[in-house]
Amino acid sequence: MTIEILATFAIGICLLIGAFFMLVGVIGLLKFNDPMTRLHAPTKISTMGVGALLLASVIHSYTFGNGSAHQLLVMAFLFVTAPISANFFGKVNIHCGSCETPPPPAQDKTWATLDVPEADREIAEQKDA
Amino acid sequence: MKRAFHWLFPHPLLTLLLAVVWTLLQNDVSAGMVVFGLILGVIIPRITAAWWPDSPQGFRVGRMIAYIALVIWDIMVANVEVAWIVLTRPNSKLRPTWVVVPLDLRQPEAITVLAGTITLTPGTVSTDLSSDGHSLLVHTLDTDDPDAVRDEIKQRYERRLKEIFV
Repeated sequence: MTIEILATFAIGICLLIGAFFMLVGVIGLLKFNDPMTRLHAPTKISTMGVGALLLASVIHSYTFGNGSAHQLLVMAFLFVTAPISANFFGKVNIHCGSCETPPPPAQDKTWATLDVPEADREIAEQKDA
Repeated sequence: MKRAFHWLFPHPLLTLLLAVVWTLLQNDVSAGMVVFGLILGVIIPRITAAWWPDSPQGFRVGRMIAYIALVIWDIMVANVEVAWIVLTRPNSKLRPTWVVVPLDLRQPEAITVLAGTITLTPGTVSTDLSSDGHSLLVHTLDTDDPDAVRDEIKQRYERRLKEIFV
């Protein structure tokens, strides 16, 4: 009985934390005014927000009835895939020039996104013009 | 014998991981499911081995677990910091910057893990790799000292990853 009460409180706290960070993420998405800073909001939602909600789900399933570990998988897949989409958004921003031009790298010629192969250079220039 | 083992298990850890993921997906820890997971864990790495020729040789699992724990802790701390910035700081006072992180890591797998870590920790997003893979482009949400951010990434994450991927 006491364990169930404790679990209920834990679930409630996790849900509140998750909802709070979701809300903050959405506020950030609306508030920031350039594409690169806006990219920082979803990374928060996908880590802490969804993480806390899934944790609540795990606790719930283990205290009340059939335990399930699917949520851990959801979290793992999310943590593996979220950085890749963020990376692509960033690359598109650099490509479209919708952010400050990044400083040149220390050692190499340029950044991979801006590195146009010799054969395609003509097409790239036409596009820019 | 050793070659036969290597042919059958090109990535022993991947085999184990696939078996665990399969068992978790089924939500049922029974002998049948575990065996079927192991069968999948043998077949999938074997079929896809051709597309992953230079797999990392040394990989320390114990240190990787410690690293994951550290990253989860950092995610929680940084989340609170970024939430504070979002709620209290007006846009005009925000100081977003590009940070260039020179890389000592060479293996593509290690660089991928580092880039993923940087993106998952709120406040920094890894955006691009230089054309020959010697530095990483990181965007920070708000900082007054880009050099400190660079040093922290190198000190805290890259140094540990160098010990994991030997």
